[in-house]
Amino acid sequence: MFRWILISILSLAIAGTAFWGYKEHQEKNAILIQAENTYQRSFHELSYHMDMLHDKIGTTLAMNTKDRISPQLVEIWRLTSEAMSNVGQLPLTLLPFNKTEEFLSNIGNFTYRTAVRDLDQEPLSDQELKSLQNLYKQSGEIKSELRQVQKNVLENNLRWMDVQLALATADEQMDNTIIDGFKTVEKKVEGYAEANEKSNVLGTVSQTHSFKNLDEKKISKQEALKLGKSLLNKNTSQLQVVKSGKGADVPTYTISYEDDNKTAYVDVTEQGGHPLSLLVSREIGKQELSLHEGLVKAEDYIKKHNFTDMKLFRSSQYDTIGVYSFLHHQDGVRVYSDAIEIKVALDDGEILGMASRNFFMNHTKRDIPNPELSSDEAKDMVNPNVTIHEEYLSIIDNDLGEEVLTYEFLGTMGNDTYRIFINAMDGREEKVEKVSKSAANVAYTGILTRLIG
Amino acid sequence: MNDHKNPIILLLMITLCIAVTTVTTERQTVHAFSPQVIQHGAVGEDVIELQSRLKYIGFYTGPIDGIFGWRTYWALRNFQYEFGLEIDGLAGQTTKNKLVKATKFDRNSVQTEQEKSQGSNQSNKAPEKGNTGNTTSINQTPQGYSQNDIDLMANAVHGEARGEPYEGQVAVAAVILNRVNSPTFPNTIAGVIFEPRAFTAVADGQIYLTPNETSKKAVLDAINGWDPTGNATYYFNPDTATSAWIWTRPQIKQIGKHIFCK
Repeated sequence: MFRWILISILSLAIAGTAFWGYKEHQEKNAILIQAENTYQRSFHELSYHMDMLHDKIGTTLAMNTKDRISPQLVEIWRLTSEAMSNVGQLPLTLLPFNKTEEFLSNIGNFTYRTAVRDLDQEPLSDQELKSLQNLYKQSGEIKSELRQVQKNVLENNLRWMDVQLALATADEQMDNTIIDGFKTVEKKVEGYAEANEKSNVLGTVSQTHSFKNLDEKKISKQEALKLGKSLLNKNTSQLQVVKSGKGADVPTYTISYEDDNKTAYVDVTEQGGHPLSLLVSREIGKQELSLHEGLVKAEDYIKKHNFTDMKLFRSSQYDTIGVYSFLHHQDGVRVYSDAIEIKVALDDGEILGMASRNFFMNHTKRDIPNPELSSDEAKDMVNPNVTIHEEYLSIIDNDLGEEVLTYEFLGTMGNDTYRIFINAMDGREEKVEKVSKSAANVAYTGILTRLIG
Repeated sequence: MNDHKNPIILLLMITLCIAVTTVTTERQTVHAFSPQVIQHGAVGEDVIELQSRLKYIGFYTGPIDGIFGWRTYWALRNFQYEFGLEIDGLAGQTTKNKLVKATKFDRNSVQTEQEKSQGSNQSNKAPEKGNTGNTTSINQTPQGYSQNDIDLMANAVHGEARGEPYEGQVAVAAVILNRVNSPTFPNTIAGVIFEPRAFTAVADGQIYLTPNETSKKAVLDAINGWDPTGNATYYFNPDTATSAWIWTRPQIKQIGKHIFCK
């Protein structure tokens, strides 16, 4: 009797295990397939988008009426962003996709720039047409290369998951069609990158003013330590100094400490010893100061650190922390790129942080021209449905990354507040930005809720 | 009293008690505003009072959410204009006195958006708030970012760097933002985070752990402009990195266990 019971229990257990194992296997397969599907979808979409892109650029070249070119360019712009999102779905470490993404980004930037401008007043220049033709040719070659890979994938039933596995095991059997195919694509694009730079229209990331206004003098590690001591209020013995590696935009020393209830760091530039970023982290107690009193602390702090002509641009309270943005003012014109953020603890008013990287990267004495338009003339350029409440003269970076002098109008339409920038020279609407979100967007749940107690 | 089993009755009694005490204190102190100057961006009980009072006389039409946003700002300026005060958009002593004179405010009759959304089961906490002053938790998000973006980033930061020092967490959040701004990466926060094999925490599911408050604070700092990495777009843990390629990136610095690079 006992024997039979034992046998049936055991056989049940075996059957159960088998069933469980089968289930596990099925689930694993389902997940593998799901992942594979995502990759496949992205890959096929990418090929499709490149195909479309090529066609659209082609038709644009054939067009002559300006009214049609703008929407067409917008369409190309949309396609590049789609294609970029497809590239983003594919395994990153598979191969460096950087060049392909950069190429797409270049097309996107070019078409966006030309599409947003009034082609009646400023039609495509010869050079731009040449760039477009160039892009047409390049996209054609990339397209056919991708099509070739796609064909192989479909014909040989290749799987991205297999590629992934091959890479994960890091075997040297790299005769994988997909990898090879993409390597060819990437090489092709690499070739173009150089050719593009000469045409001077593409890829002009605004690197024009990068830290050019730092002091000449280089500081030593010891001097950095001394600076850190005064910035972090700590004895030098408790501080650590590390110099940045060769990847840094601007060489810096990082001075940091960690004790029982605080950790902090500050980055100072090697050239001139300017603080770029400072952050102190600690528990914050009950709120004792208002946002307004915190502002006084923040203002004192930036004055103490020799930033002049800085005025409050924005203040925000996050529970018991006040964050303040200041903009540099030159002759009454506010300069958006020269910004500093200060973070103040609202329990005792301690400065918890300063982000001044943007300031030091961009700050310089600017030649500000006299506006050619009067403020009233500029107001006429604004959508008549907007009620204007405040106005400023501001220097902003426009869509092309150039600094332009603008009239800035702060106005409302319905329940929303808008910041509208009108070029003070030619009346172009440089930027329209909605600054208020509807109250429904402001979070009722979530962040920092339980920080107080 | 303590034996009451019915929470509704208990709630009513508490509300009543507190209502009575608030009314009496109101008489003594004239108004409930704390002495602070309220400015744009502030949150808390004073802002709730400000919004309620401005709403009472029709200047403010938005929701009572305790966040001094643009709508409150324009309402306040309008009020200052109509009442012949200096138009500075700050609720200082003079403005507050004028407001108190012109309007009525009873904290207990005002239900803020937060209290509404918290639902009735928690509303018995509401009367306490009227008494304890600035302890209501009101959250605002930095401009241009939704709560979803912040939560998603907090998830990623928590999954990737929860054992790291605070600045290491800010650094990971900053890398995500730097990637969004870089032409060689997807243009959205979700795109960057879910880019396959970009973050190990996404690959092994750690991104779905519930983030803690520290990671949320770190994300807020990164969004507000702090970047401890100096513009890095990659990072890796030198002990566990499997890709040889990552070592070829120009390095910027090490924070905690992670090396950050271009």
